[in-house]
Amino acid sequence: MNTFQDSVTTAFFLITSFDPLLASIVLRSLAVSALACVLASSVGLLLGAWLGVARFAGRGVVLAFLNTALALPSVVVGLVIYLLLSRSGPLGFLGWLFSFQAMVLAQSVLVLPIVTALVRQSIEDADRLHGEQLQSLGAGIGWRGMVLLWDERYALLTVLIAAFGRAISEVGAVMVVGGNIDGFTRVMTTAIALETSKGDLPLALALGVLLLLVVLLLNVLIALIRRWREAREARGAWLTEMPTDVLIAKAGQC
Amino acid sequence: MSSANPLTVAADVLFQLNAVGVQFGRVHALVACTLAIGRGERVALVGANGSGKSTLLRHLHGLVPASSGQMLRPVAARQAMLFQRPYMLRTSVQNNVAIGLWLGGMPWRAAREQALAALERVGLAELAERSGKTLSGGQQQRLALARAWALKPQVLLLDEPTASLDPAAKSEVEALMAEFADAGMTLIFSSHNLGQVKRLASRVLYLEHGHVLADAPVQSFFGGTLPPAAAQFLKGELG
Repeated sequence: MNTFQDSVTTAFFLITSFDPLLASIVLRSLAVSALACVLASSVGLLLGAWLGVARFAGRGVVLAFLNTALALPSVVVGLVIYLLLSRSGPLGFLGWLFSFQAMVLAQSVLVLPIVTALVRQSIEDADRLHGEQLQSLGAGIGWRGMVLLWDERYALLTVLIAAFGRAISEVGAVMVVGGNIDGFTRVMTTAIALETSKGDLPLALALGVLLLLVVLLLNVLIALIRRWREAREARGAWLTEMPTDVLIAKAGQC
Repeated sequence: MSSANPLTVAADVLFQLNAVGVQFGRVHALVACTLAIGRGERVALVGANGSGKSTLLRHLHGLVPASSGQMLRPVAARQAMLFQRPYMLRTSVQNNVAIGLWLGGMPWRAAREQALAALERVGLAELAERSGKTLSGGQQQRLALARAWALKPQVLLLDEPTASLDPAAKSEVEALMAEFADAGMTLIFSSHNLGQVKRLASRVLYLEHGHVLADAPVQSFFGGTLPPAAAQFLKGELG
């Protein structure tokens, strides 16, 4: 209990003192995970949307592999990326091993199946309900997927949170490919692992509390976006989408 | 309103179905359906739930393929379809109409302009900036009609367009359907509302378990001799 109280106190102290070392670790963690999410999402959203609407031979097998990839152990991903990026590996010429880029790559690989699988499910459900109507308007598979992706954009924010949560909380992959080098590749999870191994449990727990706070802040932000969207829909106002001439005319009436 | 099947000239035929069957797994949704639908007709599809009305409409619109038989389209005609519960995208009413035109290849700006004209046509122009999701059921169906009308179809297929609407909304939608038909559009619609069928249709098809059991001009359907199953359906619905 004392350890937990100490950790909360330490976390509070670390936050309020704006410790530059801690700030650099937090910022690096956010940067790696955010970049990995952006990369994985740019592929996963499109791939998931396509898988949601397309029907082809062997689709079941593809989905089975995709769902299996949801349980990819992060250490295994780290090991595979390590082998690819090691000097004798096929991507060794990049010189990325034990670098920021390697961590981003590893987290992107880890998060890609999550984004793809969850988007696929969401788009497939939407397509079951509305796909025929879009088809009747002349939308082929590609446009159907894109329109549904756009229409489900708020629901898909949850997918992105899940992906970010997975990325920022994993430790195995970034430890293997990043090497936990102080000031270069140390992120929150690897710092927690290090402090735990050193026996500094309050600091390790404090970092854990900070990690949770970061995710909590993100969730609050998403909730606010959702609430704003609901309020906007309820109000029924779409001023931002109005043509300029209508806006001018409306302004003239005031 | 034309009272007889006007298919004396082959050029008037828009859809020619020859023993068309549609099967979903083990379910025979449409069985050996043979019929012709001509330009300018107002065809009502009636029958109990699961009788094959929606499947026939979806097949005519090319959404479900035939498992057997074939459909011929002697004349190419633009067509649009209206569903019982229209899909409203999370965007403005105007954009909801424009999206149909844009998907058809029209530039977005022109699509939005044309969408506004379509909304004026159905009396929804003043709601153009509202979110489509916030409209009432009747308004959403009128929006869907605008979306269909904007495509300038020669054939309009409607799957129970007024089901679950209140009487006022029903008559608004019906009035628009009648206006479209008077302008020369071919209407093919399914309905459980026999009053509506009497008011709007020139010809009635009665379906049961995927079979077309009766095909008659509207006066004959409601006043003439029908096959026993159709007569019993009519008696049940009217009684």
